[in-house]
Parts: sequence; C-alpha cells; structure tokens
Amino acid sequence: MKILVPVKRVIDYSVKARVKSDQSGVELNNVKMSINPFDEIAVEEAIRMKEAGTASEIVVVSIGVEKSQETLRTALAMGADRAILIKAADTVDTDIEPLAIAKLLAKVTEEEAPGMVILGKQAIDNDMNATGQMLSALLGWSQITYASKITVDGDTLNVTREVDAGLQNITAKLPAVITADLRLNEPRYVKLPNIMKAKKKPMDIKTPEDYGVDVSPRLTITSVVEPPARAAGIKVESVTELLDKLKNEAGVLS
Amino acid sequence: MSVLLIAEVLEGQLNKDSTAKALTAAVQLGDVDVLCASSGCGDAAAELAGLQGVTKVLCANDAAYEHAVAEPMAALVVSLAEKYEHIVFPATTSGKNIAPRVAALLDVMVISEVMEVKGANEFVRPIYAGNAIQTVTTADAKKVMTIRTASFDNAADGGSAAIEEIAAVACDTPVAWVSNEVQKSDRPELTSSSVIVSGGRGVGSEEDFKLIETLADKLGAAIGASRAAVDAGFAPNDQQVGQTGKIVAPQLYIAVGISGAIQHLAGMKDSKVIVAINKDEDAPIFQVADYGLVADLFDAVPEMTAALE
Repeated sequence: MKILVPVKRVIDYSVKARVKSDQSGVELNNVKMSINPFDEIAVEEAIRMKEAGTASEIVVVSIGVEKSQETLRTALAMGADRAILIKAADTVDTDIEPLAIAKLLAKVTEEEAPGMVILGKQAIDNDMNATGQMLSALLGWSQITYASKITVDGDTLNVTREVDAGLQNITAKLPAVITADLRLNEPRYVKLPNIMKAKKKPMDIKTPEDYGVDVSPRLTITSVVEPPARAAGIKVESVTELLDKLKNEAGVLS
Repeated sequence: MSVLLIAEVLEGQLNKDSTAKALTAAVQLGDVDVLCASSGCGDAAAELAGLQGVTKVLCANDAAYEHAVAEPMAALVVSLAEKYEHIVFPATTSGKNIAPRVAALLDVMVISEVMEVKGANEFVRPIYAGNAIQTVTTADAKKVMTIRTASFDNAADGGSAAIEEIAAVACDTPVAWVSNEVQKSDRPELTSSSVIVSGGRGVGSEEDFKLIETLADKLGAAIGASRAAVDAGFAPNDQQVGQTGKIVAPQLYIAVGISGAIQHLAGMKDSKVIVAINKDEDAPIFQVADYGLVADLFDAVPEMTAALE
C-alpha cells in the first residue's frame, strides 16, 4: 500500500509568533520555519507502517512557497521515498486555505492512488483543523480524525481517537484519510547521513494549474492583532497570602 | 435566513455546556433552529427546547447518529442546509470533526474556533494557539463555523421551543464506532475543568508528581503538565497543556515548577486567574501570572495542600 502524507511548512513551534505592525498578519520573514509538528507525527507513522511491512511507498506532498522544499526534505530524511511540491504561493505571507489544499490533495490522490492519506490534525499557524476532514469528504474515503493509535488489518483499520471525554475506538475501511494527534507517536531524530541521502530522493515540482484547481481564498483577513495583554500580576510572600488572595480578591476559591 | 446550530449529543446525552455557549454566539446571527441528532435523544431535545433563544428543535432520533460519526452526521446536516445561511457547531472534538466535512460538501470554507461574531460575514478567531487574533470576512453564501466555547457565556434556561421529529438520511458509512474509553480517574477532564494544577520540569520526577496530584485532588482540579514534564516522563501525554497539547481556559490555573516556555503559555494564558509557584524569580511564567509565589515547590505545595484541609 502506498501512503500519501501532506506536510506544511510553518513557524517553528518554539518561536513566538509576532504580529506585524500593519496588522496584515504574523511576521514570517527571517523566522525559523519547520515541518508542522502534527504532520511530522504523520510522516513518522507512515514510516513505521513501511518498516512493519504494511506500507510499500511513502509520498510526501507540500503546497505553498518554493521553500516548502526544505520541509519535504525533512520528511524525506526521516524516511519518505519521494516528494511532490505544489508551488501555490509566491510569498510566505500567502496561506492557501484548507478547502483549496483539500481540492489539490484530492487531485494528487487520484493520480497517485494511495491506500491511505495521513496528515496532521491541524497546522499550528492557522489552527483551522480542517484539511483532513475536507479531503475525506471530497474523496468519499473513511474520515478518521485525532488518531492516537492505528493498526491495519487487511483492508480494515482499527483506530483509537482522542476525544474530549477520553479515547474512542473505531473501525474503518480502507481507503481512509487519517489525521494524527499528538500521542500517535514520537517522531525520530533525523541523522546526518539521512539528510545527505534525502537530497538525492526525487521531488516533482507542480503548480495548482497542473491540477486545474482554483486556490483563490474564500476568506479575507481584515486584521491580525496581538491578543489583549494580561494585566500585570503581583508577587505574594507566602502560601497563606496566596490562599487569602485567591479566596477574597480573585474569588476563585471558596 | 436563519441559523442551524448542531447540538452536541453523544449516546443520547446532551453536552449542555458547550451547546448552550455556542447558542449564545448563534443567536447573534439570526433565528436559531437546533439539530438534536443521536439515539434515544428525546430528553436532550426537551432540554434544548428549554434554552432561551431556540426557535425550533429538529430531533433526528436514529441509531446512525448515536456516536456522532462524521459521515452520517454531515450527510444529515447537508440535507438540511438549504434553509440556513449559518451552520454552527460548538468547537468540541466532535464539532470540529464534523464541521469541515459539512463545509467541503457545500464547497465553502469552514471558520474554526470563532471567538467573536462581528456581523453576518465577519468573525474573530485565534491563530497561532492564541498568540494572534485574526478577523476574517467571508465571501461564501453559507457560513459553516465552530464556536470557541470558552469565549461565550451559557444561554439561559426558560425557553419553550417546538420540537419537530425529522427522519434520518441514508448514509453508507465506512466508519463504525466500537467503544469509548472514558478516563477512569475521578478527576475532572482537563479541557472542561474550572481548576487545573499543572506541573513542570521543576517537579523533578514522576514520583514527586504526586505532590501535584494531591493538591489537585484537594481542589477538585484536573491535572496538567508542561511539555518538558511530559518529555521527561513525569506525566502522561494526555495531560500536556500547550500549543501542541491541550488548550485550556479554566477559572484558576496553578502552574507549579513550570518555567513558562512560549508553547506552554499558548495553551493556558486565557485562564481567568493564573498562579505561578517557582523558585526562579526570573521565570517567564511570572509575566503572565496574576499571583506569583517565589518559593521551593517542595515546601509550598505541601503547605498549600495542608492549608486546604
């Protein structure tokens, strides 16, 4: 079975997002960018399936600026076999919406005919949490979100999902779109020789026009601002004073 | 045009808190019909009919909707969509599972985690785990969205809406529910608890994490952890609060031995009152804390637990 893993290039999770003074967005120039952490977990899961003999080939795809090549190389260095870059944006400030991404991924899926698509449950930049669900709807494939454990048994999947109340177990038929939650696995560290090898792995470069998909946005971002700052707090001297403040000033303890 | 709110009803049980909060947002958009779809959901429908602001409850009582599997739920919502300009879900894991599917089937964008309704086409939502706040307008004729429940108050009781039974929509789904593994702990669930006690790397070991548990139990609180504490093996992954863990906004958040890395702050800084206990007075956590106590947690936490007896 071939597995398709879409990956997104986002601000590194350890970098604080800074809002631009003109309120047009978050500063993305000269900021450390990395693979979206949830997508990294998806790549890891696909590689483990290949190591276990369930998967035969892993194709990674990224949609965005040309520099998303770096993100694809990270996935290739982890162990993916080949990559597809869809150049859909000229500047890093253009974020392609999940609906357009899902339409492009549906076309890639038709071409590549994988048995499974695994991707992160959300990107840590726009936090939409939508691409996997939308792709599943467009393909008519099994929709499995927030996966924390996946086992493949022939054409049947047994999946544990993270839900608000705890965990939910489901079964589903392949083909399927699965979104990865944090607990699915811990991605491996990439070793230097693998980074070198990844440079030689094949990467196709495409455009949205190649797939006949219109990526123009449905939403217009009218402003991006800092969240309201918290009022400055105080230091207390003792546990007694702390409990007194919580009871009598903040009113959060009875 | 009016609004369709999809109530969260799982196994016949209404999640009243998240649904009533989403209702508060929905009534700002127009007349609200509420969809109550589950199995054995007559009581849930009656509860929904009693919420102020509900015009009509549409009750689809069918085994296909018992566990809110996305495929049949989305097919049902899409079958009802024609009459509505806004289709609104609470931003729970269930709502966030279904809403984007509905949006894609209607060929519109989804607007996730709406925290403020500015108009029929204009919404405010957090991005970068709340480190930035985005205002968007939409050109789509139908608006499909999830409502960030922490941003809205509960709609009040005292309504008397009509309940209309509706038929299930045929849907051949490849996904089947098997079982739920609800946390066995008596402690409240992390994302809905009003008090959270969180431990960080400063706690030092899995064994010493019991200090956090004891204090949490005394407060009836849920237990959280920083990524550093989870990575060090002190606490399980499902307790992680932060950008890649859970995003929480309790009434009281007590951070113990947590330095306050950016990615942790992103997950908890919407809490109403933040307490930080840390022996390093320069720890960044103190910049967001309402009450900071510079102290050794191994003295302060047992003292606090004892004082709460």
